[in-house]
Amino acid sequence: MTSLAFDSVSVRYGDRAALAEFSDTVKPGEWLCLIGPNGAGKSSLLRAVAGVVKHAGEVRVDGTSLRFRSAKRRAQLIAYVPQTPVLPDDMSVREYVVLGRNPFIPHFGQETKHDWDIVDDVLKRLDLGDFAQRHLGTLSGGERQRVVIARAIAQEAPILLLDEPTSALDIGHQQQALELVDRLRREHGLTVVSAMHDLTLAGLYSDRLCLLHQGYRVATGTAAEVLRPETLAEFYGVSARVHHEPDGTVVVIPFRANDAGGRR
Amino acid sequence: MDTVQAPSPAKGIIPARWWLPVAVATACAALLLGVMVGPAGPTWWRVPLALLDRLPLVTIDSGVTPREWIIIWEIRMPRVVLAALVGSTLALSGASYQGVFRNPLVDPYLLGVAAGAGLGATVVFTLNRAGTSSWIIDPLPLSAFLGGLVAVVLTYFVGTAFGGRRSSATLVLAGVAVTALATAVQTFVLQRNTDVIRQVYSWILGRLSTASWDDVRLVIPYVLLSTVTLLIHRRLLDVMRVGEDEATALGTSVDRVRIIVVIAATLGTSAVVAVSGLIGFVGIIVPHAVRLLAGASYRTIIPLSIFAGAAFLVLADIPGRILQNPSETPIGVVTAFFGAPFFLLLLRTRQANR
Repeated sequence: MTSLAFDSVSVRYGDRAALAEFSDTVKPGEWLCLIGPNGAGKSSLLRAVAGVVKHAGEVRVDGTSLRFRSAKRRAQLIAYVPQTPVLPDDMSVREYVVLGRNPFIPHFGQETKHDWDIVDDVLKRLDLGDFAQRHLGTLSGGERQRVVIARAIAQEAPILLLDEPTSALDIGHQQQALELVDRLRREHGLTVVSAMHDLTLAGLYSDRLCLLHQGYRVATGTAAEVLRPETLAEFYGVSARVHHEPDGTVVVIPFRANDAGGRR
Repeated sequence: MDTVQAPSPAKGIIPARWWLPVAVATACAALLLGVMVGPAGPTWWRVPLALLDRLPLVTIDSGVTPREWIIIWEIRMPRVVLAALVGSTLALSGASYQGVFRNPLVDPYLLGVAAGAGLGATVVFTLNRAGTSSWIIDPLPLSAFLGGLVAVVLTYFVGTAFGGRRSSATLVLAGVAVTALATAVQTFVLQRNTDVIRQVYSWILGRLSTASWDDVRLVIPYVLLSTVTLLIHRRLLDVMRVGEDEATALGTSVDRVRIIVVIAATLGTSAVVAVSGLIGFVGIIVPHAVRLLAGASYRTIIPLSIFAGAAFLVLADIPGRILQNPSETPIGVVTAFFGAPFFLLLLRTRQANR
């Protein structure tokens, strides 16, 4: 299993600082969930780790800085599922998932039988076997999300980054997708960093939450530690009750401000 | 929403693995047909016999006279081979530009590459073409390449500066502007060198009719280099289909792939433009026809376009040779006749898909 350490990671878009001096260490096999309002810097952090945007500071995988890694080597270590993946309508599921093998194929090479075997195995394990020849344009939202996760799994990287993996899904498919990630994480010993908006689900699935606000890390810890009404009010500007279930689940329930305490 | 009706799996008209043999066979048949027909020369069925006769260890009495053999070998053969090389290169370049710019509407002509290459070639024509005949490396394709490369770089930067990377129409519009500019400069150069106007204009309209083995020899190194490079990149063109960010996250050096593919496609296009003149629409018709028939993966499109492009241009060259005998319809007119309606159809289906 693989650790991921951030040392003063900053991301700027032109004049605007999207992420400032972020430091943290994700333990091997841990699931860290980034939360925070829109524009807090969650996506920027994930994009920096994936190598999509330039960043200052260091990102270390098992102690070695990514700065000295080629794009290919980085992709062998880190699989990235973006917030809105590009899914070409006329590409088949199998053709799409094999793109995850790209980091292992030389620039001038083609996929080997080994690569296709891995793809078919991943498709089977994610119950996508029957979909192999389907075109991406014909899939439903839940199926699309599973296909994107399948591509990331085919990448066989020890670190998985998920940017809003459930934002386009209904409650049932949200649960399915997160259960799938959790199952894969345990099977493969993955280290997971995700950005999520649904605070209850974030607390339910991750080991640790990290709250970002305007590019700064403002709180980190377990769901019970981070998801407090006063914290949520301060950083999200939301009026919410936090309910603790007997099994430890932390449930965030928004309420109408002008109705405070009136409804029970 | 999992209840969305599942359409039948992406099954083609024929099994996927048959497409390449079919394309190769079509190209070979087109080549043979191209050699068999023509206004002068032997009866058509004697031609294959005469060709077989030339093979080692085969002796067939084909009844072809030596004079007729010269027509077959020195006039028809180089023309057909050149048409095949030009067609395959234009189709392959078109498919590659479409992949690397993630834009199904571009081809060597719409990007301004052909016009730029034409300008580069015109400059060589005006600067004492006879004087360059003794050079070891003919400057014509190289000058065309330079012109084509400047044009495509200009189109790309103008197109992305004003439209952003996602706008496919802006790139085409920028290509149209660059084409207009290159054509204007070309006209200006020609007006100042009226002695070569006839030569250049017959070349602009597609000059396969005067093809010789020299032309074939001239383009073959460039065509081979370009074809091999683009074939090697067919898998990476599929990776580019998911966009710049994701291709990067998958470990691809997007800029490097883009530069190599654009240079290779431009080199091939420029070389064939330098010998054949401006033959439009091949680079858009052929890859799209292949895409419709055999699927949208560049792993399939790239190799199939090579053979389909060769077959298409060899066949398109045939009516031009026999319709208006003894004068000829330029091949650029024939391809435009089929290509323009096809392009409009393509625009229409894309609009409908929005």
